[in-house]
Amino acid sequence: MVRAFEAGIAIGIVAPLIGMFLVVRRYSLMADTLAHVSFAGVAIGLLLKINPIFSAIGLSVVAAFGIESLRNSRRIFGESVLALFLSGSLAVAVIILSLAKGFNANLFSYLFGSISTVSTGDLLVIIALAIIVFLDVVFLYKELFFTSFDPELAEASGLPVKVINLMMVMLAAVAVAISIRIVGVLLIGALMVIPVISAMQYGRGFRITLILSVVFSLVSVITGLFASYYFDLASGGAIVLVALIFFILSLIVAKK
Amino acid sequence: MQLEEPYIKLENVSFSYDSVPVIEDLTFTVRKGEYLGIIGPNGGGKTTLIKIILGLLHPTNGVITLFGKDRHDFKEKHRIGYVPQRITQADKNFPATVFEVVRTGRIARLGFFEKFTKKDIEVVEHAMEISGIARYRDTLIGNLSGGERQRVFIARALASEPDVLILDEPTVGVDIGAQKTFYDFLASLNRDHHLTIIFISHDIDAVSQETKTVLCLNHNLVCHGLPHDLLNEHILNRLYGRHSRIVSHNTNKKE
Repeated sequence: MVRAFEAGIAIGIVAPLIGMFLVVRRYSLMADTLAHVSFAGVAIGLLLKINPIFSAIGLSVVAAFGIESLRNSRRIFGESVLALFLSGSLAVAVIILSLAKGFNANLFSYLFGSISTVSTGDLLVIIALAIIVFLDVVFLYKELFFTSFDPELAEASGLPVKVINLMMVMLAAVAVAISIRIVGVLLIGALMVIPVISAMQYGRGFRITLILSVVFSLVSVITGLFASYYFDLASGGAIVLVALIFFILSLIVAKK
Repeated sequence: MQLEEPYIKLENVSFSYDSVPVIEDLTFTVRKGEYLGIIGPNGGGKTTLIKIILGLLHPTNGVITLFGKDRHDFKEKHRIGYVPQRITQADKNFPATVFEVVRTGRIARLGFFEKFTKKDIEVVEHAMEISGIARYRDTLIGNLSGGERQRVFIARALASEPDVLILDEPTVGVDIGAQKTFYDFLASLNRDHHLTIIFISHDIDAVSQETKTVLCLNHNLVCHGLPHDLLNEHILNRLYGRHSRIVSHNTNKKE
Protein backbone atom coordinates (compact mmCIF):
# COMPACT_ATOMS: atom_id res chain seq x y z
CA MET A 1 0.00 0.00 0.00
CA VAL A 2 2.77 2.44 0.91
CA ARG A 3 4.62 1.43 -2.23
CA ALA A 4 1.51 2.10 -4.28
CA PHE A 5 1.25 5.56 -2.74
CA GLU A 6 4.85 6.41 -3.42
CA ALA A 7 4.59 5.21 -7.00
CA GLY A 8 1.25 6.99 -7.33
CA ILE A 9 2.70 10.32 -6.26
CA ALA A 10 5.57 9.98 -8.73
CA ILE A 11 3.11 9.20 -11.52
CA GLY A 12 0.68 11.85 -10.38
CA ILE A 13 3.33 14.52 -10.86
CA VAL A 14 4.77 13.28 -14.13
CA ALA A 15 1.59 12.34 -16.01
CA PRO A 16 0.06 15.84 -16.26
CA LEU A 17 3.48 17.44 -16.88
CA ILE A 18 3.78 15.41 -20.05
CA GLY A 19 0.04 15.49 -20.68
CA MET A 20 0.05 19.29 -20.81
CA PHE A 21 2.41 19.36 -23.78
CA LEU A 22 0.45 16.63 -25.54
CA VAL A 23 -2.88 18.40 -25.01
CA VAL A 24 -1.74 21.80 -26.30
CA ARG A 25 -0.22 20.13 -29.35
CA ARG A 26 -3.59 18.51 -30.08
CA TYR A 27 -1.88 15.24 -29.44
CA SER A 28 -4.00 13.90 -26.59
CA LEU A 29 -4.45 10.56 -28.29
CA MET A 30 -0.68 10.00 -28.07
CA ALA A 31 -0.98 8.94 -24.42
CA ASP A 32 -3.58 6.30 -25.26
CA THR A 33 -1.56 5.04 -28.18
CA LEU A 34 1.58 4.71 -26.09
CA ALA A 35 -0.45 2.96 -23.38
CA HIS A 36 -1.59 0.33 -25.86
CA VAL A 37 1.97 -0.07 -27.08
CA SER A 38 3.05 -0.49 -23.46
CA PHE A 39 0.41 -3.16 -23.10
CA ALA A 40 1.95 -5.10 -25.97
CA GLY A 41 5.24 -4.59 -24.13
CA VAL A 42 3.73 -6.03 -20.96
CA ALA A 43 2.46 -9.04 -22.88
CA ILE A 44 5.93 -9.62 -24.33
CA GLY A 45 7.41 -9.30 -20.83
CA LEU A 46 4.98 -11.82 -19.38
CA LEU A 47 5.66 -14.19 -22.27
CA LEU A 48 9.44 -13.94 -21.99
CA LYS A 49 9.27 -13.87 -18.17
CA ILE A 50 11.12 -10.57 -17.84
CA ASN A 51 9.87 -7.66 -15.73
CA PRO A 52 6.95 -6.24 -17.79
CA ILE A 53 7.89 -2.67 -16.85
CA PHE A 54 11.14 -2.97 -18.75
CA SER A 55 9.61 -4.53 -21.83
CA ALA A 56 6.83 -1.93 -21.74
CA ILE A 57 9.31 0.94 -21.57
CA GLY A 58 11.49 -0.58 -24.29
CA LEU A 59 8.68 -1.16 -26.72
CA SER A 60 6.96 2.18 -26.18
CA VAL A 61 10.20 4.13 -26.64
CA VAL A 62 10.83 2.27 -29.89
CA ALA A 63 7.23 2.93 -30.95
CA ALA A 64 7.60 6.63 -30.03
CA PHE A 65 10.53 6.80 -32.40
CA GLY A 66 8.49 5.05 -35.12
CA ILE A 67 5.52 7.36 -34.62
CA GLU A 68 7.62 10.51 -34.94
CA SER A 69 9.48 9.22 -38.00
CA LEU A 70 6.26 8.30 -39.78
CA ARG A 71 4.70 11.61 -38.85
CA ASN A 72 7.72 13.56 -40.09
CA SER A 73 7.70 11.66 -43.37
CA ARG A 74 4.29 13.31 -43.97
CA ARG A 75 3.08 10.27 -45.84
CA ILE A 76 0.38 9.69 -43.23
CA PHE A 77 -1.64 12.17 -41.15
CA GLY A 78 -0.44 12.48 -37.57
CA GLU A 79 -3.63 11.11 -36.05
CA SER A 80 -3.73 8.19 -38.48
CA VAL A 81 -0.24 7.24 -37.32
CA LEU A 82 -1.59 7.13 -33.77
CA ALA A 83 -4.54 4.98 -34.80
CA LEU A 84 -2.16 2.66 -36.61
CA PHE A 85 0.05 2.13 -33.57
CA LEU A 86 -2.86 1.94 -31.15
CA SER A 87 -4.72 -0.85 -32.86
CA GLY A 88 -1.58 -2.49 -34.19
CA SER A 89 -0.05 -2.94 -30.77
CA LEU A 90 -3.35 -4.09 -29.29
CA ALA A 91 -3.43 -6.78 -31.96
CA VAL A 92 0.09 -7.84 -31.02
CA ALA A 93 -0.85 -7.94 -27.34
CA VAL A 94 -3.98 -9.99 -27.95
CA ILE A 95 -2.15 -12.52 -30.11
CA ILE A 96 0.62 -12.99 -27.54
CA LEU A 97 -1.91 -13.35 -24.77
CA SER A 98 -3.95 -15.94 -26.63
CA LEU A 99 -0.78 -17.86 -27.53
CA ALA A 100 0.32 -18.01 -23.91
CA LYS A 101 -2.74 -18.76 -21.84
CA GLY A 102 -2.26 -18.73 -18.13
CA PHE A 103 -1.48 -15.21 -17.05
CA ASN A 104 -4.99 -13.94 -17.55
CA ALA A 105 -5.46 -13.18 -13.86
CA ASN A 106 -2.50 -10.85 -13.96
CA LEU A 107 -3.85 -9.14 -17.02
CA PHE A 108 -6.75 -7.36 -15.36
CA SER A 109 -4.35 -5.48 -13.11
CA TYR A 110 -2.46 -4.15 -16.12
CA LEU A 111 -5.61 -3.04 -17.85
CA PHE A 112 -7.17 -1.13 -14.99
CA GLY A 113 -4.38 -0.66 -12.46
CA SER A 114 -3.75 -2.32 -9.17
CA ILE A 115 -2.15 -1.26 -5.93
CA SER A 116 -1.27 -4.69 -4.64
CA THR A 117 1.12 -5.64 -7.42
CA VAL A 118 3.77 -2.92 -7.03
CA SER A 119 7.01 -4.56 -5.90
CA THR A 120 9.95 -2.73 -4.32
CA GLY A 121 11.89 -3.19 -7.54
CA ASP A 122 9.03 -1.69 -9.56
CA LEU A 123 8.86 1.21 -7.18
CA LEU A 124 12.54 2.04 -7.58
CA VAL A 125 12.27 1.93 -11.37
CA ILE A 126 9.13 4.06 -11.34
CA ILE A 127 10.60 6.71 -9.07
CA ALA A 128 13.96 6.86 -10.84
CA LEU A 129 12.34 7.28 -14.26
CA ALA A 130 9.78 9.74 -12.97
CA ILE A 131 12.61 11.91 -11.64
CA ILE A 132 14.35 11.78 -15.02
CA VAL A 133 11.17 12.81 -16.85
CA PHE A 134 10.48 15.53 -14.29
CA LEU A 135 13.97 17.03 -14.58
CA ASP A 136 13.83 16.95 -18.36
CA VAL A 137 10.61 18.94 -18.36
CA VAL A 138 11.96 21.42 -15.81
CA PHE A 139 15.25 22.03 -17.59
CA LEU A 140 13.85 22.08 -21.12
CA TYR A 141 10.72 23.98 -20.17
CA LYS A 142 11.33 26.98 -22.43
CA GLU A 143 12.19 24.79 -25.43
CA LEU A 144 9.21 22.49 -24.89
CA PHE A 145 6.90 25.46 -24.47
CA PHE A 146 8.18 27.22 -27.57
CA THR A 147 8.02 24.17 -29.85
CA SER A 148 4.53 23.39 -28.59
CA PHE A 149 3.34 26.94 -29.05
CA ASP A 150 4.71 27.46 -32.53
CA PRO A 151 7.05 24.91 -34.09
CA GLU A 152 7.77 27.09 -37.11
CA LEU A 153 8.83 30.09 -35.06
CA ALA A 154 10.86 27.80 -32.84
CA GLU A 155 12.69 26.43 -35.87
CA ALA A 156 13.25 29.94 -37.24
CA SER A 157 14.83 30.77 -33.88
CA GLY A 158 17.30 27.95 -34.33
CA LEU A 159 15.76 25.28 -32.09
CA PRO A 160 16.13 21.66 -33.27
CA VAL A 161 12.37 21.15 -33.34
CA LYS A 162 12.41 17.59 -34.62
CA VAL A 163 14.82 16.49 -31.91
CA ILE A 164 12.76 18.20 -29.23
CA ASN A 165 9.55 16.62 -30.54
CA LEU A 166 11.14 13.20 -30.57
CA MET A 167 12.39 13.68 -27.04
CA MET A 168 8.94 14.83 -25.96
CA VAL A 169 7.33 11.70 -27.33
CA MET A 170 9.98 9.49 -25.75
CA LEU A 171 9.41 11.14 -22.39
CA ALA A 172 5.71 10.48 -22.89
CA ALA A 173 6.51 6.84 -23.65
CA VAL A 174 8.45 6.48 -20.39
CA ALA A 175 5.78 8.30 -18.39
CA VAL A 176 3.06 6.05 -19.77
CA ALA A 177 5.02 2.85 -19.27
CA ILE A 178 5.76 3.56 -15.61
CA SER A 179 2.13 4.49 -14.99
CA ILE A 180 0.37 1.38 -16.21
CA ARG A 181 1.04 -0.59 -13.00
CA ILE A 182 -1.01 1.83 -10.92
CA VAL A 183 -3.40 3.40 -13.39
CA GLY A 184 -3.71 0.72 -16.05
CA VAL A 185 -3.40 0.71 -19.82
CA LEU A 186 -6.93 1.82 -20.51
CA LEU A 187 -6.93 4.75 -18.10
CA ILE A 188 -3.45 6.30 -18.17
CA GLY A 189 -4.48 8.48 -21.10
CA ALA A 190 -7.18 9.94 -18.89
CA LEU A 191 -4.76 10.78 -16.08
CA MET A 192 -2.50 12.61 -18.54
CA VAL A 193 -5.30 14.57 -20.15
CA ILE A 194 -8.15 15.20 -17.66
CA PRO A 195 -6.20 17.14 -14.99
CA VAL A 196 -4.75 19.30 -17.79
CA ILE A 197 -8.08 20.19 -19.37
CA SER A 198 -9.51 20.82 -15.90
CA ALA A 199 -6.68 23.27 -15.19
CA MET A 200 -7.18 24.94 -18.58
CA GLN A 201 -10.73 25.90 -17.60
CA TYR A 202 -9.38 28.59 -15.29
CA GLY A 203 -7.93 30.60 -18.20
CA ARG A 204 -4.48 31.11 -16.71
CA GLY A 205 -1.07 31.17 -18.35
CA PHE A 206 0.96 28.11 -19.23
CA ARG A 207 3.02 27.81 -16.07
CA ILE A 208 0.11 28.26 -13.69
CA THR A 209 -2.05 25.88 -15.73
CA LEU A 210 0.74 23.33 -15.57
CA ILE A 211 1.06 23.66 -11.78
CA LEU A 212 -2.72 23.47 -11.34
CA SER A 213 -2.88 20.31 -13.43
CA VAL A 214 -0.22 18.67 -11.26
CA VAL A 215 -2.22 19.61 -8.15
CA PHE A 216 -5.43 18.15 -9.60
CA SER A 217 -3.62 15.03 -10.67
CA LEU A 218 -1.94 14.49 -7.30
CA VAL A 219 -5.19 14.95 -5.37
CA SER A 220 -6.92 12.58 -7.80
CA VAL A 221 -4.24 9.95 -7.40
CA ILE A 222 -4.13 10.14 -3.59
CA THR A 223 -7.91 10.18 -3.16
CA GLY A 224 -8.30 7.45 -5.76
CA LEU A 225 -5.73 5.22 -4.07
CA PHE A 226 -7.43 5.65 -0.68
CA ALA A 227 -10.78 4.77 -2.20
CA SER A 228 -9.23 1.84 -3.97
CA TYR A 229 -7.70 0.58 -0.72
CA TYR A 230 -10.74 0.94 1.52
CA PHE A 231 -13.42 -0.13 -0.95
CA ASP A 232 -11.33 -2.64 -2.88
CA LEU A 233 -11.75 -0.89 -6.24
CA ALA A 234 -9.49 -0.97 -9.30
CA SER A 235 -7.09 1.90 -8.61
CA GLY A 236 -7.04 3.28 -12.15
CA GLY A 237 -10.80 3.59 -12.24
CA ALA A 238 -10.95 5.26 -8.83
CA ILE A 239 -8.21 7.77 -9.73
CA VAL A 240 -9.74 8.72 -13.05
CA LEU A 241 -13.22 9.07 -11.53
CA VAL A 242 -11.86 11.58 -9.00
CA ALA A 243 -10.08 13.41 -11.83
CA LEU A 244 -13.38 13.51 -13.73
CA ILE A 245 -15.16 14.99 -10.73
CA PHE A 246 -12.47 17.71 -10.62
CA PHE A 247 -13.06 18.37 -14.28
CA ILE A 248 -16.81 18.78 -13.83
CA LEU A 249 -16.30 21.03 -10.81
CA SER A 250 -13.77 23.09 -12.79
CA LEU A 251 -16.23 23.50 -15.63
CA ILE A 252 -18.83 24.84 -13.20
CA VAL A 253 -16.52 26.96 -11.04
CA ALA A 254 -14.57 28.53 -13.88
CA LYS A 255 -17.62 29.28 -15.98
CA LYS A 256 -17.59 32.98 -16.73
CA MET B 1 26.41 57.78 -52.10
CA GLN B 2 27.91 55.17 -49.88
CA LEU B 3 25.85 52.00 -49.65
CA GLU B 4 24.87 50.61 -46.27
CA GLU B 5 26.01 47.22 -45.07
CA PRO B 6 24.19 44.35 -46.86
CA TYR B 7 22.11 42.35 -44.37
CA ILE B 8 20.41 39.87 -46.63
CA LYS B 9 21.79 38.95 -50.02
CA LEU B 10 20.32 36.46 -52.46
CA GLU B 11 22.18 35.44 -55.59
CA ASN B 12 20.49 33.38 -58.30
CA VAL B 13 18.24 31.67 -55.77
CA SER B 14 15.73 29.14 -57.05
CA PHE B 15 13.29 26.96 -55.18
CA SER B 16 10.94 24.19 -56.30
CA TYR B 17 8.28 22.25 -54.47
CA ASP B 18 8.35 18.72 -55.86
CA SER B 19 9.98 19.99 -59.07
CA VAL B 20 7.35 22.73 -59.48
CA PRO B 21 9.40 25.93 -59.62
CA VAL B 22 8.20 28.57 -57.17
CA ILE B 23 11.13 30.93 -57.22
CA GLU B 24 13.39 31.26 -60.22
CA ASP B 25 16.79 32.87 -60.34
CA LEU B 26 16.15 35.56 -57.76
CA THR B 27 18.88 38.07 -56.98
CA PHE B 28 18.55 41.03 -54.65
CA THR B 29 20.08 42.64 -51.59
CA VAL B 30 18.48 44.13 -48.49
CA ARG B 31 20.68 46.69 -46.77
CA LYS B 32 20.75 48.09 -43.29
CA GLY B 33 17.98 50.59 -42.64
CA GLU B 34 15.81 49.58 -45.58
CA TYR B 35 12.06 49.39 -45.39
CA LEU B 36 11.16 46.93 -48.12
CA GLY B 37 7.72 45.86 -49.23
CA ILE B 38 7.34 42.63 -51.14
CA ILE B 39 4.27 42.37 -53.34
CA GLY B 40 3.09 39.82 -55.84
CA PRO B 41 0.18 37.54 -56.64
CA ASN B 42 -0.83 34.61 -54.46
CA GLY B 43 1.37 31.66 -55.28
CA GLY B 44 4.01 34.04 -56.56
CA GLY B 45 6.48 32.83 -53.95
CA LYS B 46 6.36 35.60 -51.32
CA THR B 47 6.00 33.38 -48.26
CA THR B 48 8.38 30.81 -49.73
CA LEU B 49 10.98 33.54 -50.11
CA ILE B 50 10.64 34.49 -46.45
CA LYS B 51 10.92 30.87 -45.36
CA ILE B 52 14.09 30.49 -47.39
CA ILE B 53 15.61 33.56 -45.76
CA LEU B 54 14.64 32.19 -42.33
CA GLY B 55 16.20 28.82 -43.11
CA LEU B 56 12.88 26.98 -42.83
CA LEU B 57 13.16 25.96 -46.50
CA HIS B 58 16.34 25.27 -48.37
CA PRO B 59 16.88 26.72 -51.85
CA THR B 60 17.30 24.32 -54.73
CA ASN B 61 19.96 26.60 -56.19
CA GLY B 62 21.77 29.79 -55.42
CA VAL B 63 23.65 31.47 -52.61
CA ILE B 64 22.17 33.24 -49.60
CA THR B 65 24.34 35.47 -47.46
CA LEU B 66 23.00 36.71 -44.13
CA PHE B 67 24.94 39.45 -42.36
CA GLY B 68 28.00 38.57 -44.39
CA LYS B 69 27.83 34.85 -43.64
CA ASP B 70 26.77 32.00 -45.89
CA ARG B 71 23.38 30.67 -44.71
CA HIS B 72 24.99 27.40 -43.58
CA ASP B 73 27.31 29.28 -41.24
CA PHE B 74 24.71 31.77 -40.04
CA LYS B 75 23.97 31.01 -36.39
CA GLU B 76 22.81 34.35 -34.99
CA LYS B 77 19.16 33.58 -35.60
CA HIS B 78 18.13 36.31 -33.18
CA ARG B 79 19.25 38.96 -35.66
CA ILE B 80 16.17 38.25 -37.79
CA GLY B 81 12.84 38.78 -36.07
CA TYR B 82 9.98 37.00 -37.78
CA VAL B 83 6.29 37.83 -37.49
CA PRO B 84 4.40 35.03 -39.19
CA GLN B 85 0.99 35.26 -40.78
CA ARG B 86 -0.60 34.37 -37.52
CA ILE B 87 -3.99 35.92 -36.96
CA THR B 88 -5.95 33.29 -38.80
CA GLN B 89 -4.30 30.39 -37.05
CA ALA B 90 -6.05 28.66 -34.23
CA ASP B 91 -4.04 29.40 -31.12
CA LYS B 92 -7.07 30.81 -29.39
CA ASN B 93 -7.18 28.06 -26.81
CA PHE B 94 -3.49 27.85 -26.16
CA PRO B 95 -3.02 28.58 -22.45
CA ALA B 96 -0.28 31.19 -22.60
CA THR B 97 -0.12 34.77 -21.41
CA VAL B 98 1.17 37.62 -23.54
CA PHE B 99 4.29 37.71 -21.39
CA GLU B 100 4.94 34.00 -21.88
CA VAL B 101 4.62 34.38 -25.65
CA VAL B 102 6.77 37.51 -25.95
CA ARG B 103 9.43 35.86 -23.79
CA THR B 104 9.96 33.15 -26.43
CA GLY B 105 11.64 35.90 -28.44
CA ARG B 106 14.63 35.62 -26.10
CA ILE B 107 15.11 31.89 -26.68
CA ALA B 108 17.16 32.40 -29.85
CA ARG B 109 19.73 34.17 -27.68
CA LEU B 110 19.83 31.52 -24.96
CA GLY B 111 21.36 28.07 -24.97
CA PHE B 112 19.69 24.81 -23.96
CA PHE B 113 19.02 24.58 -20.22
CA GLU B 114 19.80 28.28 -19.85
CA LYS B 115 17.34 30.23 -17.77
CA PHE B 116 15.95 33.67 -18.58
CA THR B 117 18.01 36.32 -16.85
CA LYS B 118 16.90 39.60 -15.34
CA LYS B 119 18.15 41.34 -18.46
CA ASP B 120 16.03 39.03 -20.65
CA ILE B 121 12.95 39.96 -18.68
CA GLU B 122 13.76 43.67 -18.97
CA VAL B 123 14.08 43.40 -22.74
CA VAL B 124 10.78 41.51 -22.88
CA GLU B 125 9.03 44.17 -20.80
CA HIS B 126 10.51 46.89 -23.01
CA ALA B 127 9.39 45.11 -26.20
CA MET B 128 5.86 44.90 -24.81
CA GLU B 129 6.04 48.56 -23.87
CA ILE B 130 6.99 49.88 -27.31
CA SER B 131 4.49 47.52 -28.97
CA GLY B 132 1.75 48.98 -26.77
CA ILE B 133 0.72 45.74 -25.14
CA ALA B 134 2.30 46.13 -21.71
CA ARG B 135 -1.11 46.31 -20.05
CA TYR B 136 -2.00 42.89 -21.48
CA ARG B 137 1.04 41.28 -19.85
CA ASP B 138 -0.93 38.61 -18.00
CA THR B 139 -3.83 38.29 -20.44
CA LEU B 140 -4.22 35.05 -22.37
CA ILE B 141 -3.34 35.60 -26.02
CA GLY B 142 -6.60 33.90 -27.00
CA ASN B 143 -8.53 36.75 -25.38
CA LEU B 144 -6.97 39.47 -27.55
CA SER B 145 -8.28 40.96 -30.77
CA GLY B 146 -6.53 40.34 -34.09
CA GLY B 147 -4.69 43.65 -34.00
CA GLU B 148 -3.56 43.19 -30.41
CA ARG B 149 -2.37 39.68 -31.11
CA GLN B 150 -0.40 40.95 -34.09
CA ARG B 151 1.37 43.32 -31.74
CA VAL B 152 2.15 40.47 -29.40
CA PHE B 153 3.95 38.69 -32.21
CA ILE B 154 5.79 41.84 -33.15
CA ALA B 155 6.83 42.32 -29.52
CA ARG B 156 7.96 38.69 -29.56
CA ALA B 157 10.13 39.39 -32.59
CA LEU B 158 11.45 42.63 -31.07
CA ALA B 159 12.34 40.83 -27.85
CA SER B 160 15.16 39.08 -29.67
CA GLU B 161 16.59 42.55 -30.39
CA PRO B 162 16.81 41.86 -34.11
CA ASP B 163 18.46 43.89 -36.83
CA VAL B 164 15.86 42.87 -39.39
CA LEU B 165 12.13 42.47 -38.86
CA ILE B 166 10.26 40.31 -41.37
CA LEU B 167 6.47 40.42 -41.41
CA ASP B 168 4.22 38.19 -43.49
CA GLU B 169 0.89 39.83 -44.35
CA PRO B 170 0.81 41.63 -41.01
CA THR B 171 -2.52 43.36 -41.50
CA VAL B 172 -4.68 40.41 -42.50
CA GLY B 173 -7.44 40.24 -39.92
CA VAL B 174 -6.67 43.68 -38.51
CA ASP B 175 -9.45 46.23 -38.90
CA ILE B 176 -8.80 49.35 -40.99
CA GLY B 177 -8.64 51.79 -38.09
CA ALA B 178 -5.98 49.69 -36.39
CA GLN B 179 -4.07 49.30 -39.65
CA LYS B 180 -3.18 52.98 -39.78
CA THR B 181 -1.77 52.92 -36.24
CA PHE B 182 -0.01 49.73 -37.12
CA TYR B 183 1.74 51.21 -40.14
CA ASP B 184 2.75 54.25 -38.11
CA PHE B 185 4.24 51.89 -35.56
CA LEU B 186 6.27 50.07 -38.24
CA ALA B 187 7.46 53.38 -39.66
CA SER B 188 8.64 54.50 -36.23
CA LEU B 189 10.48 51.20 -35.71
CA ASN B 190 12.30 51.81 -38.97
CA ARG B 191 12.94 55.48 -38.34
CA ASP B 192 13.55 55.72 -34.60
CA HIS B 193 14.77 52.24 -33.74
CA HIS B 194 16.81 51.86 -36.94
CA LEU B 195 15.24 48.51 -37.64
CA THR B 196 15.45 47.12 -41.15
CA ILE B 197 11.97 45.97 -42.15
CA ILE B 198 10.79 43.57 -44.82
CA PHE B 199 7.10 43.16 -45.13
CA ILE B 200 5.00 41.05 -47.41
CA SER B 201 1.65 42.31 -48.45
CA HIS B 202 -0.98 41.92 -51.10
CA ASP B 203 -2.03 45.49 -50.30
CA ILE B 204 -0.27 47.47 -53.05
CA ASP B 205 -1.65 50.72 -51.72
CA ALA B 206 -0.15 50.23 -48.28
CA VAL B 207 3.17 49.13 -49.71
CA SER B 208 3.42 52.10 -52.05
CA GLN B 209 2.59 54.55 -49.27
CA GLU B 210 4.51 53.04 -46.40
CA THR B 211 7.68 51.41 -47.65
CA LYS B 212 10.83 52.99 -49.01
CA THR B 213 11.52 50.28 -51.58
CA VAL B 214 9.38 47.67 -53.28
CA LEU B 215 10.17 44.26 -54.63
CA CYS B 216 7.65 42.70 -57.00
CA LEU B 217 7.78 38.94 -57.03
CA ASN B 218 6.03 36.57 -59.38
CA HIS B 219 8.31 33.52 -59.43
CA ASN B 220 11.11 35.82 -60.48
CA LEU B 221 11.96 39.42 -59.86
CA VAL B 222 9.54 41.64 -61.79
CA CYS B 223 10.78 44.89 -60.31
CA HIS B 224 12.84 46.28 -57.47
CA GLY B 225 13.17 49.93 -56.60
CA LEU B 226 11.34 52.97 -55.33
CA PRO B 227 7.57 52.56 -55.02
CA HIS B 228 6.92 55.74 -56.92
CA ASP B 229 8.89 54.65 -59.98
CA LEU B 230 7.61 51.14 -60.06
CA LEU B 231 3.97 50.94 -59.27
CA ASN B 232 2.55 51.88 -62.60
CA GLU B 233 0.15 50.03 -64.79
CA HIS B 234 2.85 48.51 -66.93
CA ILE B 235 4.56 46.76 -64.03
CA LEU B 236 1.30 45.68 -62.44
CA ASN B 237 0.24 44.09 -65.68
CA ARG B 238 3.41 42.10 -65.72
CA LEU B 239 2.91 41.16 -62.09
CA TYR B 240 -0.75 40.31 -61.93
CA GLY B 241 -1.72 40.02 -65.58
CA ARG B 242 -3.77 42.45 -67.60
CA HIS B 243 -6.49 44.72 -66.23
CA SER B 244 -4.80 45.21 -62.90
CA ARG B 245 -5.28 48.59 -61.37
CA ILE B 246 -4.05 50.12 -58.18
CA VAL B 247 -6.94 49.54 -55.85
CA SER B 248 -6.81 49.22 -52.14
CA HIS B 249 -8.27 45.99 -50.97
CA ASN B 250 -8.45 44.86 -47.43
CA THR B 251 -9.50 41.42 -46.41
CA ASN B 252 -10.96 41.83 -42.99
CA LYS B 253 -11.64 38.36 -41.85
CA LYS B 254 -13.96 38.32 -38.90
CA GLU B 255 -12.68 36.18 -36.12
